[in-house]
Amino acid sequence: MSDLNNTRYIEGVKQSVVISLWFMFLTFPIMVIRVDTIEKTIDWRWMNMVYVGISSFVLSFVWRYLTGKSTSRKAERADRKRERKSFLQRVASEKKLSLPAIAVVALAAAVFPFVSSTYQTNIMTTALMYVVLGLGLNIVVGQAGLLNLGYVAFYAAGAYTYALLYYHFGVGFWLALPLGALAATILGILLALPVLRLQGDYLAIVTLGFGEITRIVLENWNEFSFGPSGISGIPRPGLFGMELSMQDAQVYLYFLMIGLCIVTMFVVNRLQDSRIGRALLALREDEIACQAMGIDKTKVKMTAFALGSTWAGLVGVFFAAKTTFVNPASFTFLESAMILSIVVLGGTGSIIGIVIGALVLILLPEYLRAFSDYRMILFGIIMVIMMVFRPQGIVAGVRKKYEFQTEGDKLKKL
Amino acid sequence: MNYFLELFVGGLTRGSIYALIALGYTMVYGIIELINFAHGEIYMIGAFTALIIASVLTMSGMSGISVLILASVVALIYSAAYGFTVEKVAYKPLRQAPRLSPLISAIGMSIFLQNYVLIAQTSEYLPFPNLLPDLPFMESFAGLMGPTEFIIVATTAVIMVILTLLIKFTKMGKAMRATAQDRNMAMLVGVNVNRVISNTFIIGSALAAVGGVLIASHIGRINFYIGFLAGIKAFTAAVLGGIGSIPGAVLGALVLGCTESFGTGYISSDYEDVFAFVLLIVILIVKPSGLLGQKTAQKV
Repeated sequence: MSDLNNTRYIEGVKQSVVISLWFMFLTFPIMVIRVDTIEKTIDWRWMNMVYVGISSFVLSFVWRYLTGKSTSRKAERADRKRERKSFLQRVASEKKLSLPAIAVVALAAAVFPFVSSTYQTNIMTTALMYVVLGLGLNIVVGQAGLLNLGYVAFYAAGAYTYALLYYHFGVGFWLALPLGALAATILGILLALPVLRLQGDYLAIVTLGFGEITRIVLENWNEFSFGPSGISGIPRPGLFGMELSMQDAQVYLYFLMIGLCIVTMFVVNRLQDSRIGRALLALREDEIACQAMGIDKTKVKMTAFALGSTWAGLVGVFFAAKTTFVNPASFTFLESAMILSIVVLGGTGSIIGIVIGALVLILLPEYLRAFSDYRMILFGIIMVIMMVFRPQGIVAGVRKKYEFQTEGDKLKKL
Repeated sequence: MNYFLELFVGGLTRGSIYALIALGYTMVYGIIELINFAHGEIYMIGAFTALIIASVLTMSGMSGISVLILASVVALIYSAAYGFTVEKVAYKPLRQAPRLSPLISAIGMSIFLQNYVLIAQTSEYLPFPNLLPDLPFMESFAGLMGPTEFIIVATTAVIMVILTLLIKFTKMGKAMRATAQDRNMAMLVGVNVNRVISNTFIIGSALAAVGGVLIASHIGRINFYIGFLAGIKAFTAAVLGGIGSIPGAVLGALVLGCTESFGTGYISSDYEDVFAFVLLIVILIVKPSGLLGQKTAQKV
């Protein structure tokens, strides 16, 4: 027995040596050589090669261990019929656990701006904005299964609605909020009209193109959107007509975002179990069967797009109010990718998952600022690793299911 | 008329580069139905490797065509190696996962590779030496088409022919087509599907590297971010032609290149990227499966 273990061990070491040699070869030109084309000098950084060799050797062991574990876990799960709910899912579904949990979270959220610095509050507000964006995109991607890579266009629509309305007519935050949402919804329907015939990846690329077009138009149409320099001096919301100091305004915005988050969660939760929500699910699973059941495909898809973009529009107005400045550079494809990652990392279709996903993805880079050069690279690595080892996301969505038991099943149980 | 021809040649050149990158997308998509977002980054890494190797060789005293050939070959090998590794690390473990997972993994990989080059090299634009030789016999067409454009178009054409032959007549090509049609069935008749997928990534990445070397010589400067837009454009080209179809990718890329060239020439250069996407949206609405895409009947 120990002999077998020994050979397996040696096999593993051999494999890791090969892997580390491979990575040393792979990273050679980019990591080791650095050319200064102006001074005409070459910098040979051999130490980097050593680092790559050692770290890939170690990491290959970890990787093998983890993949081995996840495959054996999969096999285990196949044996068991009923899937066990994870801790977080249990907290969410059982009243006895969920009420105290909600109370703790609510308390923490309420005292947060008073115990932490303005900077922290500011970041948290941003994170909350992404929670709402994630939940909004989840309606389109998670529930309806329509991959939308241009979600940021609707976000931009909201932000620019407020900015332009204020600039031209002096419209305030509270009036701009519904108007921004309306603008985004209309844009969503306009996009949905032509693309409803498309499926899967074609839809993805068209929405991506749509997002890019929106950004480029905003960048170049100087008379309308003031080009790359954007619009500045957008006011923060006032409290019943009172002008707030900058610090108070931050806290106020934080609480407004908390409010919006709660409303969104409530609506999304209700939506999931509503007639529309189930129609969306059915559409995602099988379009033809869904039509056969008498669901109007066009109408349902349109609803999904419109609902999803409404939230983006709302958050867009908040964004403009928070930064007091909008320009096209805030609405790049990377932003859409980020929101999509929140949905998928958190767990498609699960509200808590998306909340956690947004907090992790937005707060992590902020707190990783210490190694600011490396935060984006870490972000990329985390995305890949998460997908490889936990593709269902941090908290997998739970499907409501009704089990059908025959007499025979009941007898078997006894 | 001369202006028109000039724009046409410009479009053809552009289109050829897009075609080289688009082939990688379309081949990968044809086989595993994955939008390989990291493909643009492979192209960028190809261009960077070529730049580094060419600079080292030039500084050590070599010159002329040998630098070009050596740098291109090394870039080709490295791009292929990167493509292979990316597939093994980021996509292979996700074969059975839901469809969105590999896409997210690809986006992550793309962010990773961009920042890897950013950290290990530089965020500045690097001047790329013009490695392509002057062709004396092109003098007579000088007003219309420079030697660089000619080399780009010619190289692309040759590569297309080789690729077509490879896929039509070799055993590997046959295996690739079989896998694209039905992966499980291919496996049952003894095709090593994992090998085929690896090969696809290797070929696609090598093509992207060729594109990288050519465009970098043409434009004359590169940075870590060039892969992103090129990748999206190439993917647009692939979808335009009907994703999964190889002649479609080439046709789509040429149409896209010409549209951009005429759009910037006759309308406005500010909206260069908008033309590409508008064209894409219009074609997909009129013909949702792309120019040469096959209409697949939906199975119930």
